Amino acid sequence: MSWQGKILRVNLTSGEIAPEPLNMEWANDYIGQRGLGTKYLWENMDPKADAMGPDNVLIFASGPLTGTGASTSGRYAVITKGPLTGAIACSNSGGKFGAELKYAGFDLLLIEGRSEKPVYLLIEGDEISLASADKIWGRTVWETDQWIKKQHHNPMLKIAAIGIAGERGVRYAAVVNDLHRAAGRSGVGTVMGAKNLKAIAVRGTGGVRVKDPKRFMEVTGEMKNLLAKETGGLTKYGTNAMMDTMQEFGGLPTNNFQQVQFDGYDKVDAKAMLKTDETGHTNLLTNKACFGCTIACGRIAHIRKDHFTIQNRKEYWHASGGLEYETAFAFGPVVGVDDIDACTFAGYLMNEHGIDPISFGVTLAAAMELFEMGVITTEDTDGVALNFGNAEALTIMAEKTGKQEGFGEILGMGSRLMCEKYGHPELSMTVKGQEFAGYDSRALQGMGLGYATGNRGACHLKHDTFDVDMDDQTGEGKAEPCKTSQDFTAAVDSSGLCMFTMAAWGAPEFAAQLDADSEGDWTAERLIESGERIWNLERMFNLAAGLTRADDTLPERLLKDPAPSGTAKGRVNELDRMLPEYYALRGWSEAGEPTTETLNRLGLG
Amino acid sequence: MHRMLHMEPSLCTGCLQCEMACSFEHEGEFNPARSRIRVFEFEHGRISVPYTCTQCVEAWCMKACPTAAISVDTQLGAKLVSPEACVGCKACVAACPFGTIEFNPASGKVDKCDLCGGDPKCASACPTDAITYVDAGASGVGRMQASAQQAAQGGAS
Repeated sequence: MSWQGKILRVNLTSGEIAPEPLNMEWANDYIGQRGLGTKYLWENMDPKADAMGPDNVLIFASGPLTGTGASTSGRYAVITKGPLTGAIACSNSGGKFGAELKYAGFDLLLIEGRSEKPVYLLIEGDEISLASADKIWGRTVWETDQWIKKQHHNPMLKIAAIGIAGERGVRYAAVVNDLHRAAGRSGVGTVMGAKNLKAIAVRGTGGVRVKDPKRFMEVTGEMKNLLAKETGGLTKYGTNAMMDTMQEFGGLPTNNFQQVQFDGYDKVDAKAMLKTDETGHTNLLTNKACFGCTIACGRIAHIRKDHFTIQNRKEYWHASGGLEYETAFAFGPVVGVDDIDACTFAGYLMNEHGIDPISFGVTLAAAMELFEMGVITTEDTDGVALNFGNAEALTIMAEKTGKQEGFGEILGMGSRLMCEKYGHPELSMTVKGQEFAGYDSRALQGMGLGYATGNRGACHLKHDTFDVDMDDQTGEGKAEPCKTSQDFTAAVDSSGLCMFTMAAWGAPEFAAQLDADSEGDWTAERLIESGERIWNLERMFNLAAGLTRADDTLPERLLKDPAPSGTAKGRVNELDRMLPEYYALRGWSEAGEPTTETLNRLGLG
Repeated sequence: MHRMLHMEPSLCTGCLQCEMACSFEHEGEFNPARSRIRVFEFEHGRISVPYTCTQCVEAWCMKACPTAAISVDTQLGAKLVSPEACVGCKACVAACPFGTIEFNPASGKVDKCDLCGGDPKCASACPTDAITYVDAGASGVGRMQASAQQAAQGGAS
């Protein structure tokens, strides 16, 4: 079977490092990765604990398929209590780090306590230690990656690290692995920083074995072919192909969600990335795969050398991770910027300093609205005119946030706290304190319901109602696909594969791969039921942390201000209609709490 | 026909399916660290390069081996390591100018590409044809053709 059967418990307070057996009963009930990490979190901490305190627990979890030959098998997740929301945080990343952890012999890392001094965790096979991070504290993710590899004479180390943002408490700091893949959302990097843990460096030389190798190779081979057939567009254009779709539909949040269409969309979309300009420069250089992936939707881009952002900064004259839809949205429409090089540079800065681009962009958008209203002025913003569309302001503020200088410290609070500070909480485009992704809830009703009920706050990655939302712009019939896809996505995440494969694979296809991989009879039904169990356990964590039904809501702008244009012109989100139906389908009370019957049915009683 | 593994870095996405197919074929498990083919990345992933043994005709590893543990598969041209004869001295590792023969601490022997008996699994696993198993006498023909086309188009404009 593909589990290594071992987890690593690291207590940063005492410095104790101890392997322990993987709880197989939990693996069977919660699949792995996101689900298993949630169970470990639930069993190892009080959900009321301070997210920034030593009693919070930080988990890095792989799935049963992580590190196998299945396509997209490199995923891992970071699970903890989030500082942005006070709810459970679960961020998923690709790259190579997750598989490496498995090859090092561990299915999961559980990190507790808080180190007195900055340290990094080094795992080189069975040689495991906590080493002083004195020399890299205050350094960027990229510098840290280089330094650790050099220090240990091991270029094969895979490194997940935080930047200055994580060290200094930016509430949406990311954990960045392999230079430009990130467990980006919900401030999982902030928790790492609060624990004084700068990085985790792993080299694994052990193998991963599957239950039925012959069947596994047959099934995964077939699945790869299917995936290649269905995801050609994603390979060619990346996720930013979505920009045109959202523009046309009128679901592209613009200028802090005041509009739903953006005039400059075609200057920052996938086609713009492919276009060669008058100087012969093309933004996109190549596409790039995460570990094991057939799709290769990742973008590798570069910035024009004569662009104002880097013309005097040769250190950025190199290729790196390019724009994906969410980064293009967060540095483009939502802040009104249509300068592709500025957007690409902002993306570099996010990876370099370890910041969630979505939360940063949407927080900056709120600051821009405050600025245009006159609530804040250049006196607050270090002299920078924070007008929508100001590309220079975008990149200056991205860097200030990364380095925690000047107004960057305010932006680092996140949209909710910042808007409260300036007396305009209504401008914060968040759910439970986490900023929205690039889909407007007035045009995409089911997406709105998914945002409102999202266990980690507003998030586009934990459900998939896209097709039904595009077909019909009312709230009717959205609760069921929202609930079903939340459960399914929880199962997909937990398997260790990438949710982008859902374009080609349904539950039976995932179950077939899992069944050839791991012990136990994995069927589509069991997979989805496990997903529902995971969703409910996340919900229980949040309820125990003190969240209530009142947190399952959307900002007034989306509930009261009609969409000003597009195919949903005149509509608001119909959350009041969808939410009670959703609770009933979930088997939750009107207060949004799972009933005893529901808990018993899922084995959570 | 004498065939060889041909690598086209411009097509490689760095997905490592080749490493997994190789380790699965030889070790029965997924383990990139034991793969005989490796993909290296440069400049934040802008360039990914698959690399493995080129099966030198006059192989340094073979000449360096004091126990004659490395032999030639006359049909494929592959240099094969006999685990029975290999004593793990690593002379071949030192001799190989390309670093493509490697000591395996788990077995105490060396590993290298054996062309999977004429059906290299890395090539069949590659989703983008960055790795192909082609006529060794014409491995450059694809690039030559592309250059020729470029020359022709350049001439036409």
